[in-house]
Amino acid sequence: MNKVKIIIRGIIKENPVFVLLLGLCPVLGVTTSAYNGFGMGLATAFVLLMSNLVVSLIKNFIPNKVRIPSFIVIIASFVTIVQLVMEAFLPDLFDALGLFIPLIVVNCLVLGRSEAFASKNDTFSAVTDGLAMGMGFTMALTALGALREILGSYSIFGYSFVEGDGMLVFVLAPGAFIGLGYLTAIFLKIIGER
Amino acid sequence: MEYIFIIIGAIFVNNIVLAQFLGICPYIGVSGKVSTSVGMSGAVMFVMTLATIVTYLIFNFILIPLDITYLQTISYILVIASLVQMVEIILKKVSPALYQALGIFLPLMTTNCAILGVAILTVQNEYNLLQGVVFAIANAIGFGLAIILFAGIREQLDLVDVPKGMKGAPAALVVAGIMALAFMGFAGLV
Repeated sequence: MNKVKIIIRGIIKENPVFVLLLGLCPVLGVTTSAYNGFGMGLATAFVLLMSNLVVSLIKNFIPNKVRIPSFIVIIASFVTIVQLVMEAFLPDLFDALGLFIPLIVVNCLVLGRSEAFASKNDTFSAVTDGLAMGMGFTMALTALGALREILGSYSIFGYSFVEGDGMLVFVLAPGAFIGLGYLTAIFLKIIGER
Repeated sequence: MEYIFIIIGAIFVNNIVLAQFLGICPYIGVSGKVSTSVGMSGAVMFVMTLATIVTYLIFNFILIPLDITYLQTISYILVIASLVQMVEIILKKVSPALYQALGIFLPLMTTNCAILGVAILTVQNEYNLLQGVVFAIANAIGFGLAIILFAGIREQLDLVDVPKGMKGAPAALVVAGIMALAFMGFAGLV
């Protein structure tokens, strides 16, 4: 498949968050600020890219019956790497993301791309797909994080631009659902699905 | 008393779906009908309790003595995946009726982050085995409460004239937000 098409599909046409609605737990859970959303997006993108690469490289050696457990072990190994590296070098971000770092293992987006794409395509396409889906995911998380930070604490990436406390509801749990709902509607309208 | 705090905390105050954001995929995905969401919550309760017991034993009797707790994520997900498979095979043989009811939901359990999340939280909160079991059951009840209420609302939502741009997922997410707002009323209860 055309590489440009794969990239456009990952970021826009089949955006993992807004169109496919996959891996929503971290999307809602960590996006209290744009920085947290961006960090979580990059961590997931790394796991996605590496697991797509490894799965596409060894797809011919994995017996069909045990492919799902094998994919999970591959993904879990990269998640452990991310977990240890982040704990060592970015302890603040690690604390903020908390439980959602080990939970990248059960992010249906990562397993879904291994199963649906990487195990059926050549390595270069699989890497492109991992990169594109990872970018789409990161952009969605950053967008939702920015929206919640702007409305909830009147700041963006930690720089406050208006005095005051903001609308607290957008930092708390309900704001995540409501913000994602409206962002999804806007995104679908812009790409012409509605 | 301590157990009552765990139960009320897990069901209402820190509801697993609406406050902790775990298990959102089944919450959005299989909440179209009340009957399927009841089946889903049954399956979640079954697997969550079993998985918490097994992972607790593994953590305390294998990972800690061997000093390999960094393998927590890998070992937990493998155990949960094989546990789900095993439960499926056993149920098929022992209780075909229950298998029929839970059948399609069981394979989805492996990638349900609520299961892995509760198993990890049990370790993080330093619960003992009995507290862990109570915690798992209470969280499963919280999941059931949230998804069954949500399914009821979504059945009504289908009959309402929603603006074109908000139809489907966006409207459902906003409804979930309003539910989360309602659950915030329980904050500070324990």
